[in-house]
Amino acid sequence: MELNVSDLTVTRGGIKVLEDVSFAVKAGEALVLRGPNGIGKTTLLRTVAGLQPALRGEVSLDREQMAYAGHADGIKAPLSVTENLEFWAAVFGTGSIAPALQAFDLEALAARPAGALSAGQKRRLGLARMVVTGRPVWVMDEPTVSLDTSAVQLFAEAVRAHLAGGGLALLATHIDLGLAEARVLDVGPFKAKPPALEDFDGAFL
Amino acid sequence: MIALLMRDLKLAIRAGGGFGLGLAFFLIVVVLVPFGVGPNSGLLSKIAPGVLWLGALLACLLSLDRIFALDWEDGSLDLLATAPLPLEAIVSVKALAHWLTTGLPLVLAAPVFAILLNLPTAGYGPLVLSLLIGTPALSVIGTFGAALTVGLKRGGLLLSLLVLPLYVPTLIFGAEMARRSIEGLNAQTSLLMLAGITCAVIALLPFASAAVLRVNLR
Repeated sequence: MELNVSDLTVTRGGIKVLEDVSFAVKAGEALVLRGPNGIGKTTLLRTVAGLQPALRGEVSLDREQMAYAGHADGIKAPLSVTENLEFWAAVFGTGSIAPALQAFDLEALAARPAGALSAGQKRRLGLARMVVTGRPVWVMDEPTVSLDTSAVQLFAEAVRAHLAGGGLALLATHIDLGLAEARVLDVGPFKAKPPALEDFDGAFL
Repeated sequence: MIALLMRDLKLAIRAGGGFGLGLAFFLIVVVLVPFGVGPNSGLLSKIAPGVLWLGALLACLLSLDRIFALDWEDGSLDLLATAPLPLEAIVSVKALAHWLTTGLPLVLAAPVFAILLNLPTAGYGPLVLSLLIGTPALSVIGTFGAALTVGLKRGGLLLSLLVLPLYVPTLIFGAEMARRSIEGLNAQTSLLMLAGITCAVIALLPFASAAVLRVNLR
């Protein structure tokens, strides 16, 4: 399996933010997107995940093979950690949630209402959802926000296990995860140029 | 799909879910109307079907903006959109969950509240039947409105304005069916129109709701 993105142009609020982005990620590989705030990393990830249409260009894999994790974790506060994960397991038609709980060290918190978790624990629950989806392509936007060093380590382990299982990952993060399999792509050079003024009147100067 | 329905029902029933809000509003309307129009029992029984229908409709309207707003705020709507369920199924399940937590309790409570408005005996059966047939349409139309306004801060006002005109046919035929039955007239036309509207919106609106949701998620 290989994720091929070719000449992708993405827009936010009707304005082009990134132009002609091309990259390829093979199974067992992770690609880390870098770039300053506002460059369009989130927009690019949402477009790849199929949440918004691209202006131009193609994504080779179907969105049915991708699992997306955004800034918000999609956690329901009144439900317990187990209930939250079991819901996603049922939606994605996968079986046990035990490996996901174990991967993110959530077993001790399993019965606790998600509303009573700390920000970092919520994040771990949100990331555990990715394991539960069972999808081969992980598209993640700033997954390490509010995680402490040991939790970042847990996350890196989970990504490594996912890659070793033939999956691939596309991440936008500024933290070095210590993943040997990860390549870094700076999206800065793909920044869209401002449109040329077609009806500009030179005599006006 | 069943998992989504169960989750929505669980969320509605647990603390802060808003279950019972519509019912409480319905009760308030029905209790206060006799104070407002005076103790004339003949007048009350005349306006009872209309007041009960109006109360049910407004109670339904009250909880509409919660259908998608909560899921949108915590990001689960994005995640649901990338899940293997088609959006059409998601909006249908959402509408069903809304009806089960808001519409159905109203239908079941209506005969009890009808006593407060001195509804004639002949009216109980037709009133409950008309609410049972009509309230699913309210939930489905409301889900469409909620999909249109998802992501808007304080979208409740716009939602009410968008949805109210679409509620008018259901209200007219629903109240008409109960009123005609009480007066001993033939209510079959109203019943068929009401059922027709409900069937049509259940069949067509989920596609429209899914389409606008797709645009709003961009």
